[in-house]
Amino acid sequence: MSATVWAWLVLLFPLLGSIVIGLSFKVVPAKAAGVIGTAAIALAFACGIGALISLLGESPEARHHASSLWDYASAAGLDIKLGIFVDPLSIFMVLIVTGVSTLIHLYSFGYMQSDEGYHRFFSYLNFFVFSMLLLVLAGNFVLLIVGWAFVGFASYALVSFWYRRTTATRAGMKAFVINVVGDIGLTLAAFLIFRELGTFEYSEVFAKAPHVFHTNEWSVTAICLLLLVGAFAKSAQLPFHTWLPDAMEGPTPVSSLIHAATMVTAGVYLIARTHVLFVLAPTAADIAAFVGLATLLVAGTIALVMTDLKRAIAYSTMSQIGYMIMGVSIGAYSAGMFHLMTHAFFKALLFMAAGSIIAAMANNQNIDDMKGFGKAMRFTSITMLCGGLALAAFPGTSGFFSKDEILAYATARGGMYEIFTVLGYFGALLTAIYTFRLIFRVLPGKPCAEAQELIDTGHVHHAHPFNPATGEEEDTDVGFPGADHHIAEQSWPMRVAMGVLAFLALFAGLVQVPGVDETITHFLDPVFADSPLAAIQPSVAASWAGLAIGAAISLAGIGIAYWLYIARPETPAALIRRFRPLHTFLVNKWYFDELIDILVVKPALAIGRFADRTFERFVVGGLITGTEDVVGGTGRIVRIVQSGFLRSYALLLVAGFAGLGLYFLLSST
Amino acid sequence: MSIEWYIVLSSLLFAVGATGILIRRSPMVILLCLELMLNAGNLALVAFSRMVGNQQGQVFAIVVMVIAACEVVIGLGLIVALFRRKLPLNVDDLRELRG
Repeated sequence: MSATVWAWLVLLFPLLGSIVIGLSFKVVPAKAAGVIGTAAIALAFACGIGALISLLGESPEARHHASSLWDYASAAGLDIKLGIFVDPLSIFMVLIVTGVSTLIHLYSFGYMQSDEGYHRFFSYLNFFVFSMLLLVLAGNFVLLIVGWAFVGFASYALVSFWYRRTTATRAGMKAFVINVVGDIGLTLAAFLIFRELGTFEYSEVFAKAPHVFHTNEWSVTAICLLLLVGAFAKSAQLPFHTWLPDAMEGPTPVSSLIHAATMVTAGVYLIARTHVLFVLAPTAADIAAFVGLATLLVAGTIALVMTDLKRAIAYSTMSQIGYMIMGVSIGAYSAGMFHLMTHAFFKALLFMAAGSIIAAMANNQNIDDMKGFGKAMRFTSITMLCGGLALAAFPGTSGFFSKDEILAYATARGGMYEIFTVLGYFGALLTAIYTFRLIFRVLPGKPCAEAQELIDTGHVHHAHPFNPATGEEEDTDVGFPGADHHIAEQSWPMRVAMGVLAFLALFAGLVQVPGVDETITHFLDPVFADSPLAAIQPSVAASWAGLAIGAAISLAGIGIAYWLYIARPETPAALIRRFRPLHTFLVNKWYFDELIDILVVKPALAIGRFADRTFERFVVGGLITGTEDVVGGTGRIVRIVQSGFLRSYALLLVAGFAGLGLYFLLSST
Repeated sequence: MSIEWYIVLSSLLFAVGATGILIRRSPMVILLCLELMLNAGNLALVAFSRMVGNQQGQVFAIVVMVIAACEVVIGLGLIVALFRRKLPLNVDDLRELRG
């Protein structure tokens, strides 16, 4: 079978899974829904492998295929097809998305077991995977926008999955609104592309663009900036990032799949996919790179002080995506995509481990309350350590190779781009510190009450879960892990998922070792061959020098975290007292929420209030009631004449004729 | 005899009919007054016909008589219907169509 047939099958299975589970929730038992959902994604993954094999069987130059099922619209020079585009980049993304999704479905199979919304969850989750695959496989900008918007909706549905939880529904709305802002940017970009190039098809756009646009022409820069609005909103980059930490209100598998491994990397994919345009608009590319850099530093500093376990990991996600955005913007395409892959592994794993612990804590996510889970949950703590090591770029792990490759490229490009290397290494130091801050605070030490109960009895009994944010009791009738929600790592599907990801987090980096194999660079090479930036490659020696610096920084960061949280546990409190204003600033997340509130939300509300109270009441309302008054008043006056007295009608008639007769008499003389 | 006298008589008859319609309340009398007005018109038509010397005016007078007959049929029918339904025979009380 050809690669495109495999790719269509990749799209088919998750869609089928979603529909089947969604329609059959009354007939099919919960377990079967989980099996169907997981199997659908696993089949998609298998088809992805099929597409990969079929692509590898061709010569590197021929590895791109477009295929379409039918035309949506074909008129007046506009031709929109339901078409996909298969090339190494999209297949690379398909494999990551379906592979990680399979494992996370497996994890959810155990994790959501005591949840009443089991069918709903798997139906949504399959729908999400379908949307994400549509996004990466789309062959034109219209279908890309469709996938992009579907993904936003799936994220909304899953963030507010526990819909009786007020904080969750609010977070869902926030995520949706900010994502829609991004959708608008993307849609406008597509309009501009159509206006300038007259087509939506990827292959035609990228073939025509270099002949139509001059470098840094305003139109191509505008297109790229609008694409960036979409990318930043989806990938939680400054200033559109505030939805991601709030999205942690959803179930943990959702955080793991959507808000760490797949959806939030859509922006990175978008930039890599449209790299032809970004090469023509270096200014826009530099803006993207600087925003990525700013995000990675801002998010890294916030992650240092977050006391909410999942939110801290979410800020870490933002920070790592900052690296990827930076990478694909400055031209380190394969390095950025490589980091996307390794990040998907270790961040999904970290979220799973966090989910395990949070489940044991009855959905309390505050790390101040957690201690000593190392003894209570051996498997979870080992896998969490694997994920943490990879995130902190410990020498030899996957994160170590991928992060340093981006920074090595920045050095090789030289000039202004050395800033990215220097600050990127600083970000790496922050990463190592905050990662091991979490690990050192949660795993070792004297077990807290929940951990102790776990050690003594083998499970934790939570009769009445409470929402820590509002203090309300959770509604377990419509779907929330209730009293029989046993700790996560006891069920084998979760152990399998976490085990596989732990293995990948540790060793996936070995596919791309500088000077040894560099599999991913070779595989993605045909996609990026047309970019002059792809020709710049750091020498093997420079790469290894970078890796050495990275190793030193990672070890230093872990050492600092050890010193702060294990050797001298009183130091953090002293530091907080010493730098009180800085700490408050970071705890309040650089006041981004407040800033957006003042700059966007408040003015929008004020305009809304003005429209409601002043404009609508006096102008619109005045027009309507005015018309009504005129008509009604005239009617009231005319009604007097219609008295119903026959003789008054006769009098009017006679008087009228008499008047008329008099008039003609007078006018004739 | 000059035409004026006929016209004066016709006008007086018309005025009597119109006044009757305006001041009387009984539908029966109103109907009679209507007949009076129509016949005032007939008188004028016949007089003018004699003055001009052809028969056109008389033809019109006959048409008016036919109309008057029709009108009486409808008017008397209405009055009989009012009477059967035991409604007051007073046009001032019959004002359901007021605005």
